[in-house]
Amino acid sequence: MSNPTGWKPSMEQAAGAQAGPRPDVGAGGATRGIAYEEKLLFERGSAGERCGVSLPRPSGDFDPARELPAELLRGEIGELPAVSELEVVRHFTRLSAWNHGIDTGFYPLGSCTMKYNPKSSEALARLPGFANAHPLLPEEMAQGSLALMYELERALTEISGFAATTLAPAAGAQGELAGVMMIRAWHVARGNARRKVLIPDTAHGTNPATSALNGYEVVQLASGPDGRLHPETVRAAMGEDVAAIMITNPNTLGVFESHIAEIAEIVHAKGGLVYGDGANLNALLGVARPGDMGFDVMQFNLHKTFATPHGGGGPGSGPVAVSEELVPFLPLPIVVKEGAGYRLVTDPAERPQSIGRVREFHGNFGMFVRALALIREYGPEGLAATGRLAVLNANYVRAKLKDVYDLPYETDSLHEVVFTDKNLKPTGVTTMDVAKRLIDHGFHPPTVYFPLVVHGALMIEPTETETKETLDRFIEGMRQVAEQARRDPEGVKAAPRNPVRARLDETRAARKPVLRWRPGMQVG
Amino acid sequence: MRYHPHTPEEIREMLSAVGANSLDDLFRSIPAQLRLKRPLAVAPAQDEIALFADMRRLADRNEVAHPPFIGAGAYPHHVPPVVDQLLLRGEFFTAYTPYQPEVSQGTLQALFEWQTYVCLLTGMEVANASMYDGASATAEAALMATRLTGRRKIAVSDAVHPEYRRVLATYLASTGDELVLIPHADDGRTDLAALGRAVDASTAAVILGYPNFFGVVEDVAQTAALAKQAGALTVTVTTEAVALGLLRGPGELGADVAVGTFQSFGNPLQFGGPAPGFFATREANIRQMPGRVCGATVDKEGRRGFVLTLSTREQHIRREKATSNICTNAGLCALASTIHLALLGRRGLADLARLNFDRARHLRAAMQRAGFAPVFSAPAFNEMAFEVGDPEAVVARLAKKGLAAGVPLARWYGADPKVKGALLCVATELHSPELIELFAREVRG
Amino acid sequence: MNVPEDLKYTKEHEWCRLKGNRAVIGITDHAQDQLGDIVYVEFPEVGDPVKKGESFGVVESTKAVSELFAPVSGKVVEVNDPLSDAPESINEDPYEEGWMIQVELSDPKEVESLLDAAGYQKFLQEESE
Repeated sequence: MSNPTGWKPSMEQAAGAQAGPRPDVGAGGATRGIAYEEKLLFERGSAGERCGVSLPRPSGDFDPARELPAELLRGEIGELPAVSELEVVRHFTRLSAWNHGIDTGFYPLGSCTMKYNPKSSEALARLPGFANAHPLLPEEMAQGSLALMYELERALTEISGFAATTLAPAAGAQGELAGVMMIRAWHVARGNARRKVLIPDTAHGTNPATSALNGYEVVQLASGPDGRLHPETVRAAMGEDVAAIMITNPNTLGVFESHIAEIAEIVHAKGGLVYGDGANLNALLGVARPGDMGFDVMQFNLHKTFATPHGGGGPGSGPVAVSEELVPFLPLPIVVKEGAGYRLVTDPAERPQSIGRVREFHGNFGMFVRALALIREYGPEGLAATGRLAVLNANYVRAKLKDVYDLPYETDSLHEVVFTDKNLKPTGVTTMDVAKRLIDHGFHPPTVYFPLVVHGALMIEPTETETKETLDRFIEGMRQVAEQARRDPEGVKAAPRNPVRARLDETRAARKPVLRWRPGMQVG
Repeated sequence: MRYHPHTPEEIREMLSAVGANSLDDLFRSIPAQLRLKRPLAVAPAQDEIALFADMRRLADRNEVAHPPFIGAGAYPHHVPPVVDQLLLRGEFFTAYTPYQPEVSQGTLQALFEWQTYVCLLTGMEVANASMYDGASATAEAALMATRLTGRRKIAVSDAVHPEYRRVLATYLASTGDELVLIPHADDGRTDLAALGRAVDASTAAVILGYPNFFGVVEDVAQTAALAKQAGALTVTVTTEAVALGLLRGPGELGADVAVGTFQSFGNPLQFGGPAPGFFATREANIRQMPGRVCGATVDKEGRRGFVLTLSTREQHIRREKATSNICTNAGLCALASTIHLALLGRRGLADLARLNFDRARHLRAAMQRAGFAPVFSAPAFNEMAFEVGDPEAVVARLAKKGLAAGVPLARWYGADPKVKGALLCVATELHSPELIELFAREVRG
Repeated sequence: MNVPEDLKYTKEHEWCRLKGNRAVIGITDHAQDQLGDIVYVEFPEVGDPVKKGESFGVVESTKAVSELFAPVSGKVVEVNDPLSDAPESINEDPYEEGWMIQVELSDPKEVESLLDAAGYQKFLQEESE
């Protein structure tokens, strides 16, 4: 009998069988792991010549100092780190491990539509033909990109029920800006820009910000006790000095503005236009179309409805669909089909009423590829199923939590449901505390404290890509937190404890802003 | 369908829990006359294999066999595969905006590093967490200048990217601020005498390219001195960020705001987007700076961490009083730039810039040998305009051979006879000396 | 909530301490509690005019911005400059260290329409219902 390694494996006897679930595993499965502390790249005290790229040497003896004045030339920037490729890979790999992503776990963020980001879209966006095309290529060399943009434009127009769509705006908010600019231009063409824009109190902050940027005075309208905007409220506020009303449908409470047709009529009757914030379009896919409801213009958020990646905060893409009336005002460029080919209209002389350019080049093309790939994979049935399953998931969560969390409105929810923190009041535990404790369970928190019309709002939008099993675990997690709030409120308030950082001092960050590294930087 | 995991039994169970009879029941709050009564008229669903075959065919209709000789605001550069592989980590690209900082420290620290890189390259004190693109960053800089100075006039050099200027005009149209165009001189730089005459006590800012649209390196220091005398801010616009590996940062030369795009670092051309716009300025201006910004702080246990901060400038709090309506940034593109800059390091950045300068000199020498002289005499970085006689014909001829020749300046400067025959070309590390020789020969024909 | 007896109040949650023809102005304990940790303040300059009911500045927490409304009209004669570096004084001591501006009254009769401590208390109670 011999054992050449010298290592005698044996089970630890002292463990003792544990029948129940381990107490340190959250309802979402979150538990311990190995994460690394990682300094800033700039704090690495770099060793001179390290470099993480492989570049050829210059082959000429052209000396910048002979052509450029000395006061314009810089040598190496001393504070830049010099690291090897492996160090860079480890740095960012370790950083990524600190993040929660859709790929990690559930993201019930209301109004954000955190659905799964298809990996096939990533591969397609990286096809060399798409990735390496210069925006100013001669048109005959870019027919693939132009054909794709044309097809996406047609598909988005059909999905939303309008006449045409611009793909130019870089994000939803920029789409809003373009939309309100078009409304203003339409009014100016009629001789009077008008002064006001009507916005319900449930609106996203970009709505009033966009209106103010266009020189409009914002008139806030109160939503009714059912969470909806009522025709009488609009009628009372509508006048010949109102340029438009901005409505999100379904609204930020997840409720369908069922009076929309009447409201649109009231506004149109006095010569105003109806802007639709399409952030919540996911609820309506294949079920109803904003263009059929009386909207004149609507922005898409491709990073919501069409699953282009959020990327930690961007980039987005905010195409804007318009009715026939507003087509002449669309920003440039526009893709048109001519015979068998495609052309980009960039000359203002061709579209004299266009509001002009809102960005350089043609839009976030990388996102167009991804959005079109998903639309192609959905087809008409997939689109119709998306809206229905998204609404089913939200209603399931609502049904299973309404006995524990306070539901401010009895009104039907579509794709998202909003709870308040009212039931928690006696415990001293707030919506923010619930959010932080959910992190320990393995869930990203829902949207909190928005919309403002609801006290301590907890807005949950599951999206259709989540399984019933995931929803059940989330529901269990929410119930556990509510129960813990009654039994052990301090435990909830101490959350989160699992991630690499506990609650961060946002006050300090705002009082003494440190917005970049400097040599000798000391914060903690 | 692979993104819809529900089984029929699960749907039944869930409907039962909700108390609805069918999925359609869930939409009873939508009036019947507004409901769609037909399927959407989009192409039938494709499986992944058909989808890929179709998309490849589409992509193949773009001719990208050779790196284009076009810059003009978007630059062909080598993006190391490492960048993409790190970018594709799901924790980065499927993460949301870092509003819950405890589970977003990866995104936040990377943003802090981005902000630091932007400051170091531009010589500025603070930078935000990236903008939609260079053009909107330029427009936002103009708007910030009007807020800071209380003045309503913006003087912009006509050598700033023409599409950026059109975006600027679109943004300013709704505010009623005045845009004044300053002509360029024969050497390709902004005409400082004309600028001197145009700038006065009602000027909020002077905007110039660095390098400018012609690839020429402007005299930022003189411009800034001129602007400062009149109490105006100086804004530089950089579309080719690699230039900052060779040229001093605009902040060191007296500029107050530096904007533009870092597309050249880590982001492929992608037919023009997305790319990370950047916005950098002096510390005194941080409360008027648009967009998101990331700051350092500590957590409850005293450990350093990062959070989004100074949010009260933004739309979700200020609403109609916000500094701008911006909601998203270009986080993933900024991350790509940050990773690329980390790989380059201080040595690699200087080498890359030097290499670009070198290749552009090869191009110039080859074009001069072929009989085409540079149009502008002021020094350039990696982009130059050449006098080729009939640039549209050259572009059309080379397109038939799969070469993207450059862009005729007359497309934007049609009224200027001096650039009637000018073709704007770039040469980067992707353009080998052999390809450059071939190009010059083809242009000659 | 602390509501000192000797002060006057507005429905916008500003307080006013009268010293002859001068008014010392700040925000109430209720206001600072609602805002949370204050991170930034923006005030007018000495010599600037203020008008009753109109905005004279801004106070910010990390998550909220509030305009400050003048309880009385007049001219700013003193500004509590240290608050820019230490805005936390407003949270810690809203009625003393956290004073914001001092105004020379242009129309002393305006004081009569301000709420007294009891009136403000009542208003706070009504608001919370």
